[in-house]
Amino acid sequence: MGVGIEVRNLNAWYGANHTLQDINLHIPANQATALIGPSGCGKSTFVRCLNRMHETNPIAKVTGSVRIGEIDIYSDASPVEIRRRIGMVFQRPNPFPTMSIYDNVASGLRLNGFRNRRVLDEVVERSLIHAALWDEVKGDLKKKSGASLSGGQQQRLCIARALAVDPEVLLMDEPASALDPVSTSKIEDLIFQLKAQYTIVIVTHNMQQAARVAERTGFFLNGKLVEFDSTHKIFTNPGDKRTEDYITGRFG
Amino acid sequence: MPNEYRVSTANRMRRMATNHLASGLAVLSTILVVAPLVAIFGYLLFKGASSLNLAFFTKTPAPEGATGGGMANAIVGSGILLAVASAIGVPVGIAAGIFLAEFGRGGKLANLVRFTADVLNGVPSIVMGIAMYALIVARQKHYSALAGGVALGIMMIPTITRTSEEMLLMVPHAIREAALGLGVPNWRSVLSITLRTASPGVITGCMLAFARIAGETAPLLFTALGSQFWSVDVNQPIAALPLQIYVYAASPYEDQIRQAWAGALVLIVLIVGAVSLVRYVTTRGVLKGAS
Ligand SMILES: Nc1ncnc2c1ncn2[C@@H]1O[C@H](COP(=O)(O)OP(=O)(O)OP(=O)(O)O)[C@@H](O)[C@H]1O
Ligand SMILES: [Mg+2]
Repeated sequence: MGVGIEVRNLNAWYGANHTLQDINLHIPANQATALIGPSGCGKSTFVRCLNRMHETNPIAKVTGSVRIGEIDIYSDASPVEIRRRIGMVFQRPNPFPTMSIYDNVASGLRLNGFRNRRVLDEVVERSLIHAALWDEVKGDLKKKSGASLSGGQQQRLCIARALAVDPEVLLMDEPASALDPVSTSKIEDLIFQLKAQYTIVIVTHNMQQAARVAERTGFFLNGKLVEFDSTHKIFTNPGDKRTEDYITGRFG
Repeated sequence: MPNEYRVSTANRMRRMATNHLASGLAVLSTILVVAPLVAIFGYLLFKGASSLNLAFFTKTPAPEGATGGGMANAIVGSGILLAVASAIGVPVGIAAGIFLAEFGRGGKLANLVRFTADVLNGVPSIVMGIAMYALIVARQKHYSALAGGVALGIMMIPTITRTSEEMLLMVPHAIREAALGLGVPNWRSVLSITLRTASPGVITGCMLAFARIAGETAPLLFTALGSQFWSVDVNQPIAALPLQIYVYAASPYEDQIRQAWAGALVLIVLIVGAVSLVRYVTTRGVLKGAS
């Protein structure tokens, strides 16, 4: 089951650049929440704060609290534990270049010491099917390197890799930005299915996509969360003038 | 097409000439690089091949003045020395490279390690031999293969350390993030992902270091010493190809001088063979499309 995410007074910096300012929001369990906003407004930084990836950058700093279910991720658990429970698909596809397709998908489990071949086979197949990649790669799972796939296939491979470790929350940073319309709609179908088991946060530049997949949408601008509401409300009757300008394409 | 986009004939001729000149220079420099290698190898073949026979690979050196005999003990001795050296140099060198690239970034200790490696790289090999003589041989009161292996192993460390560091730093940040994002502990990610991704370069570094020390004579003079007899005991003096070549090349006997050439030929072939074998074995498992 997915869990809800409660963000309180979240601030994040890259060096002196105050990238996120006083973010407060509640992301409900088992729903998809979309984050939109112009380039550089802090969407990626925000999702990276939700699984403690932000702090892997030596110049980065973060304050405030993020609760996932019952636990405060910054005080109750180690970053490793948090990242295992909160999966992430990065903005740019990053398969392991020296690993086969199979090994890429199995990597999360294997690197955590899981060795059962039969179960790994099952997990790899299921994850690739979920990520809408199975049909294209089932012939050369162990023959081809993850790096030999096309950009869009690599991104779906990364989605499969994240699903394989069975997280509770899935953070997707523009998962479809490198995909053609067919794979994009497959990914969107996937998001619909996944909601039953996971809580999903998806960053997107595609308004229609946000409208299609997400129950709730947040609009970021210059490091601030301008508006956070039901997707329907954001797209039909936004409460803030800046949100309206953005979604109607008047800037950004 | 508008006129200003068209390349005039004179211009095109000039471009083609430049192109030919550049390719010509590239071919020339390739020849300059390859020629000495071919020349050395050819000369060794010419001088040494005739002395290569079964006895050369199966017998120990003939007694003073007698003809015949071989370098079997020196070939095996070199193998043992290089195995000891690699057992020390490869793990220590890679570990230091990992420390520099992944853990020590910019820290004082890292700078110290890097500085030490660079200084070590500049230490003349004869000095390394004397140092190991003082530290190991003088204390144990006997020459030994172990002391020779340690001297060679330490000489491998700086090359392996610095190439490993550079190769690890070339692994894209996104790949480390991918591993961390899966909830993989940092140490595990470094070993199983970063090091693995960098492994072709790291292996090349090890091979460079190996090839460099395989022909070293000076560090062995006061440590492994050399021997005319069979020995596989690391606590005893041991023969080595470079030492045997060194002794025989300066010999007054015609037969020994010929054997020195043959030894040099065998040494080169063995180095090239070992490097190729490692390359073959380590690239066999690499997948299509992996960089
Ligand atoms: N690694 C970094 N080091 C320094 N500054 C960074 C780094 N990553 C992002 N920033 C800065 O943080 C701010 C927010 O960046 P972020 O990547 O979160 O934007 P984004 O909303 O995801 O943009 P996009 O839609 O283009 O992906 C930007 O001003 C950016 O310059
Ligand atoms: Mg981004």
